[in-house]
Amino acid sequence: MYRGREGMWSWILHRVTGLGILLFLAIHIVDIYLLGWPDLFNRLLFLYRHPVFRVAEVFLVAAVLYHALNGIRILLVDFWVEGTRLHRQLFWVQVVLFLLIWIPTSFLMLSPVVFGR
Amino acid sequence: MYAGRERPTGGFELFAWFFMRISGVVLILLVLGHLAIMHVINTVDEIDFEFVAARWASPFWRTYDLVMLWLALLHGLNGLRTVIDDYVHRKGWRVVALTAMAVIGFILLAMGTQIIFTFEASASRVAAGLP
Repeated sequence: MYRGREGMWSWILHRVTGLGILLFLAIHIVDIYLLGWPDLFNRLLFLYRHPVFRVAEVFLVAAVLYHALNGIRILLVDFWVEGTRLHRQLFWVQVVLFLLIWIPTSFLMLSPVVFGR
Repeated sequence: MYAGRERPTGGFELFAWFFMRISGVVLILLVLGHLAIMHVINTVDEIDFEFVAARWASPFWRTYDLVMLWLALLHGLNGLRTVIDDYVHRKGWRVVALTAMAVIGFILLAMGTQIIFTFEASASRVAAGLP
C-alpha cells in the first residue's frame, strides 16, 4: 500500500479516471451502435451538443490525459532503472505536462461554446 | 514504491500484467489521436451520421476504430477486474460481480464489433427513408 502523499493520490486518481473512462466507453459503444438507425442517431445528438456535455467532455479529456501520463510514469518506474529513484520528480513532471496540455486543449474545446463560431 | 501493480510471477496474471502495459502504450497513441480528431479539431457540432459514414468509407479508420475498441474495452475490463478483486471480498458477491462484468463486457464487445464490420451507410439511409 502507498498511504498518504503523492503515491496514494496518483493511485486513487488512476482508478477513478480508469473507471470513469470505462463508463463513458460503454455509453459510447451504445451510441455508435445506433448508427444502424440514422434518424434516431441524429436526433439523439442534441444530448452531446448540450453545454453540460461540452463541459463534461473537457473533463473526459482530463481523465484520459491523466490516465495516459500516469500510465507512462508507471512504465518508467517498472522498466527504467532510474525510475524508482526519480519517482518524486517524475510525479511533478507529470503534473506540469498535464497542465501544459490540458489548459490550451480545454480552451480550444470550449471557445466555440462560449464565444460561438 | 510508486509503481503499478507488482509484477506477478507467472500464468494468466503475468500475461494480464504485460497486456495492461502493452495495450496501454498503443492506446495512448490511438485514443489521443481519436480525441484530437473528434473532440478538438472537429467537435460534436460537426459530427453526425454523414460524418461517420464518410469516415468509415475508409478501411483505415474502420481498422483504427476496431483495434481501439478491442484494446480499450479489454484494458478497461481487466482494470475493473482488479478493482472488483480488491473491494468485493465475499466470494458469492465476487462471482456475481465478475459474471455481470463478463456478460456486459461481451455484449459491448459484440455490439461494437458488429457495427464496425456491418455498417453500410447507403443501406441505413434507405431503411430510414433518407436521401
